[in-house]
Amino acid sequence: MALSIGEQSVEFQLPGVDGNNYSLADYSNKSAVVVIFSCNHCPYVQAWEERIIQIQKDFESNGVQLLVISANDAEQYPDDGFPAMKERAKAKGFNFPYLFDESQEIAKAYGAERTPEVFVFDSNQTLQYHGTIDDNYENPEAVTKTYLRDAIDAIAEGNKPAVNQTDPVGCTIKWK
Amino acid sequence: MNIEFLYYEQCPSHPAAKERLESVMQEEGINAEIKMIEIENLEQVKDCIFPGSPTILINGKDIDPPPSNAISALTCRAYRVEDGRISPLPSKNMIRNALASVEKK
Repeated sequence: MALSIGEQSVEFQLPGVDGNNYSLADYSNKSAVVVIFSCNHCPYVQAWEERIIQIQKDFESNGVQLLVISANDAEQYPDDGFPAMKERAKAKGFNFPYLFDESQEIAKAYGAERTPEVFVFDSNQTLQYHGTIDDNYENPEAVTKTYLRDAIDAIAEGNKPAVNQTDPVGCTIKWK
Repeated sequence: MNIEFLYYEQCPSHPAAKERLESVMQEEGINAEIKMIEIENLEQVKDCIFPGSPTILINGKDIDPPPSNAISALTCRAYRVEDGRISPLPSKNMIRNALASVEKK
């Protein structure tokens, strides 16, 4: 069961592909923190990847921080292992921390099931949006509902998003 | 024409991919049965490569033949479509071209 709207975030300490450790507490001064469960190999993630990078770029000046976490079982899916994550982050120019939840405890604590699956917290670390990125993974030009952007816009301004829940669309997290 | 549609239930792309396949078949006037095969474990695909879901075989040939080093996996399949983007679904053109190449033979 995923975190519910209005619940507090779950703190974590996870290693990033840049060699640093990251925790949510590092971002307590942000207007919004976006936690995205993701991975390397999933085509839904790959289809949305450029849009995720662009969202971080567009909202950085509004005090918004994305934290992207891969929790997939790297033994069964070596493309999602830490070395491969480092390669992908470099190749794609990720502008956000890309973190490895090797034990899968954080994904379980959030109740995440899909990649990508988005949780947006406000400045009080309260969950204000959970779900998908937008309504068209295949074609960015055909998107009509920019759920994540709209939610971030509202939260960064101290408001509640008009749509706070959508169904996450993507691959299942690969559990051990 | 023998059309096999291999899918992994946990990947959500197969209903849209099947709909797309049916749509192209209708547009091209191809009346053939689509054999739906649920892949639940990799033992089922010992004799072929299942790079992910969905995988569509026409007369045994993958509509987007995977590279020789591809391995089978219970996951969603990534298709690189005409404009270079990655999609969980094969494009209509990809399906159309695969059907046409079989029909020509």
